[in-house]
Amino acid sequence: MTDVLTQPRPIRLKGRSFLALSLTPELPFEDWLARLDDLARRSAGFFLRRPVILDVEGLDIDRQQLRDLVSELSARNVRVMGLEGARSALLGADLPPAMTDGRPAADIEAPVSDQADAGRNQHVEAAAPASPQPTQAQAPAPQASPMPSMVVNRPVRSGQSIFFPEGDVTIVGSVASGAEIVAGGSIHVYGPLRGRAMAGTTGNASARIFCRKLEAELIAIDGFYKTADDLEPDLRGKPVQIWLDGETIKAATLG
Amino acid sequence: MGKVIVVTSGKGGVGKTTSSAALGAALAQNGERVVVVDFDVGLRNLDLVMGAERRVVYDLVNVIQGEAKLTQALIRDKRVETLYLLPASQTRDKDNLTPEGVEQVITALKNAFDWVICDSPAGIERGATLAMRHADVAIVVTNPEVSSVRDSDRIIGLLDSKTLKAENGERVEKHLLLTRYDAARAERGDMLKVDDVLEILSIPLLGIIPESMDVLRASNVGAPVTLADGRCAPSLAYFEATRRLKGENLPVTIPGDKRSFLGKIFGRKAA
Repeated sequence: MTDVLTQPRPIRLKGRSFLALSLTPELPFEDWLARLDDLARRSAGFFLRRPVILDVEGLDIDRQQLRDLVSELSARNVRVMGLEGARSALLGADLPPAMTDGRPAADIEAPVSDQADAGRNQHVEAAAPASPQPTQAQAPAPQASPMPSMVVNRPVRSGQSIFFPEGDVTIVGSVASGAEIVAGGSIHVYGPLRGRAMAGTTGNASARIFCRKLEAELIAIDGFYKTADDLEPDLRGKPVQIWLDGETIKAATLG
Repeated sequence: MGKVIVVTSGKGGVGKTTSSAALGAALAQNGERVVVVDFDVGLRNLDLVMGAERRVVYDLVNVIQGEAKLTQALIRDKRVETLYLLPASQTRDKDNLTPEGVEQVITALKNAFDWVICDSPAGIERGATLAMRHADVAIVVTNPEVSSVRDSDRIIGLLDSKTLKAENGERVEKHLLLTRYDAARAERGDMLKVDDVLEILSIPLLGIIPESMDVLRASNVGAPVTLADGRCAPSLAYFEATRRLKGENLPVTIPGDKRSFLGKIFGRKAA
């Protein structure tokens, strides 16, 4: 007896692109985990909401060490969603899946173009491992095309999240407490900034944050962050620009 | 075709039910046909404030589930004949509200009344989003203190995304109703000032309702404050708010602020 397909509509598979946090563990893992604990202590719950990708490219470890590392991380409430740069010997059914740029041989007909960004936190290198190009050994290739930008003409309300990894975000209005702006480029707020602003999230260390009135809860540039408590108190309420100097967040009043 | 107003806030206990009843009664006293709908399924209070708790037979959930007709569930107010109440269920909860059911009920009410006032529950989940879904106008009730202001900001964001109007590219007309305002505390800095709240929320001010014992007295006798005592300070503020709601450009006076010289001589009677 044949099974008749009673569903007239096939299941739709959609492609989605998400921005995840990429962590690069370093050997020895105990030291690295201690530094992670320090980070987590200073900002409780920072990792709780975020999907995390573990970059294990070039690490000289075996599958058991990787498994231990992943369970150490989940004990710290860091949920590893995927592995980047993992040799096939490291992968296993009980470990997070491997994340790559392209899609593996697909059985599904989801649109492919948007998947390129999933899990990467830096600009994409084009060279395949088989034919490395010597010029690409250093920094990732800078983007030649102009950076797009997003302009928001209304106040950003509490609970809203503006997410634009492709470039700058300009808000003409206020950013409320409890709102979040995540940009690949710089963030310009022509109004009070009361929520969270995270600039340069795709690895752009030259991104800056500008606002008319600094009352932010958290600011971050290229992964380096400062909470409201750590910002200088005399900057509060003033027009401020914030930039990254090496690994330190610097801030100064504007005009 | 009536106008649908949602009275919402995000935060609980700021005065949504009190204001829904007071504004509804104020509008009805001017001859408009008004229905106040309680969307707080499971924790209904509007029937208490309206003084109709002993006459509830059928409710909103019965109507949505087809167990009763809308006309059977509507309760007419004994004091003002153009004022009706559609109570919520107390035994069920918000999961019994369906989007299609709510749409049918609101459409039917829009055709029969001039004003449909939806008393939203607190929170941002199903009850609140269903209450605001069909709104033309939103009244965001806020107390001048920090948690209420932040929650109101959240609810304003939802009004711009989860309403039918927002989905069709239009905007819900939003108004701020500042309740439980205490001028003395604002002066001392214990409460946010009106300007601070307006700066954070950036929506037009509908009115400022002063903190007053009259509100508690009114709900204890089961009457909206505008029916219980039309001359007390909160009632007067609510009446002014309804005038602004209907489009009149009345300047807002902050209660207790800058009392006139004569006011100081002749005592505390608020104008």
